[in-house]
Amino acid sequence: MAKITVTVNGSTHTSTVEDRTLLVNFLREQLNLTGTHVGCDTSQCGACVVLVDGKSVKSCTTLAARCDGASVTTIEGLSTDGSMHPLQEGFWECHGLQCGYCTPGMIMAATDLLTQNPNPTDEEIRHGLEGNLCRCTGYHNIVRSVQYAAAKMRGEVVSSQNA
Amino acid sequence: MIPAAFEYVKASSVAQVIALLNQHGEDAKVIAGGHSLLPAMKLRLSQPAVLIDIAAVSELKGIKTNGGTLTIGAGETYHAIATSNTVKNACPVIAACTGQIGDIQVRNAGTIGGALAHADPAADLTAVFLALGGTVTVQNAGGTRTIAADDMFVSMLMTALDSGELITAVNVPVLSKGQGASYAKLKHPASRYAIVGVAAVVTVSNGVVSACRVAVTGAGPQAVRQPSVEKALIGTSGDAAAIKAACASAGADMEYLGDIHASEEYRRAMVKVYAARALTDAIAAARA
Repeated sequence: MAKITVTVNGSTHTSTVEDRTLLVNFLREQLNLTGTHVGCDTSQCGACVVLVDGKSVKSCTTLAARCDGASVTTIEGLSTDGSMHPLQEGFWECHGLQCGYCTPGMIMAATDLLTQNPNPTDEEIRHGLEGNLCRCTGYHNIVRSVQYAAAKMRGEVVSSQNA
Repeated sequence: MIPAAFEYVKASSVAQVIALLNQHGEDAKVIAGGHSLLPAMKLRLSQPAVLIDIAAVSELKGIKTNGGTLTIGAGETYHAIATSNTVKNACPVIAACTGQIGDIQVRNAGTIGGALAHADPAADLTAVFLALGGTVTVQNAGGTRTIAADDMFVSMLMTALDSGELITAVNVPVLSKGQGASYAKLKHPASRYAIVGVAAVVTVSNGVVSACRVAVTGAGPQAVRQPSVEKALIGTSGDAAAIKAACASAGADMEYLGDIHASEEYRRAMVKVYAARALTDAIAAARA
């Protein structure tokens, strides 16, 4: 067993986990943060993407024990004081989801993308989200959603029409 | 899926890793990015009793040039390498190659040392390392030794590393004026693994190809050079006709793997196509 102290969405948790526990199972089953999804479980689909020390990772292929001392951000940690993060708002306004299964991973990967590149082209968004698979939407509205958020985070006036 | 139980050790130094490897022998496995090892462990294809995590070992970090050699710490991630100005200036093909491995999450985790030690048949870096004629610096209980790229990849998932050894650094030549390199791959659309990948490194002197190394990954059990292509191109102008003629023999003398993603015949055909693309780009870069 491993004793780990992990800061998740700003709260520090000290837990005892089996050495083989995957980060996604730690988040979902010990912390009850079920917004992070398990999709393919083979690090291809991206439904499980979270940020570890600011970098996007696939939590189905990360050991919880490695994250001792790390800071983790999940989809539950994005909104502040009940108001949506610009990316959440963008997916809402631009119809960036249908079934919603891939959405938490899409939004967390897009968070990393916009941190590194606040003004991406559509092509850069598609490339930046290549580790996230959506089986519903065909990606077009996901790209618009990320553009909406990027514009809003740059302080521009946005609507779902011009994103 | 959850791996079989194991004991996890977060290593803090190379010496500790070597001591643990010697203590536990075949029961221990080193984990770096873990994107090859953890999936194998979930499928019970690998069931180590002890997992030694080297991600936090600072000795395995660092990217620097020393004269004509670019040295990359084995623990540097693909993303760190792909975005390093030192790498982009010294040996741009390494940055270009690491920038197209998997996706950003894979690149945030995977390391150059892990890629070369694991030697996946469809890894990208194996071919680039082989075409560049690099070396790996290896630590064992007795000290350090160097393994040349030409000796590294023995068979499927098998390298020249002995048990109890750890790659600490990867060394490749700094490319100079007149040299060009390129990596061209047909990628699997979901995993981005190479169905066929070809790396080419070319030197052009006075308008003539004076040196050339070509290596193929993805198509067979391990990365292999293409001596007949290299030989056919050296001494030519490296124009389109010369590339076409040289690539007629690409992939002729090597083992193949076929699977649900691409048959052996298709891979055989694509080796010729991607060899020509890699050589065309490498020669253009050499002339630039």
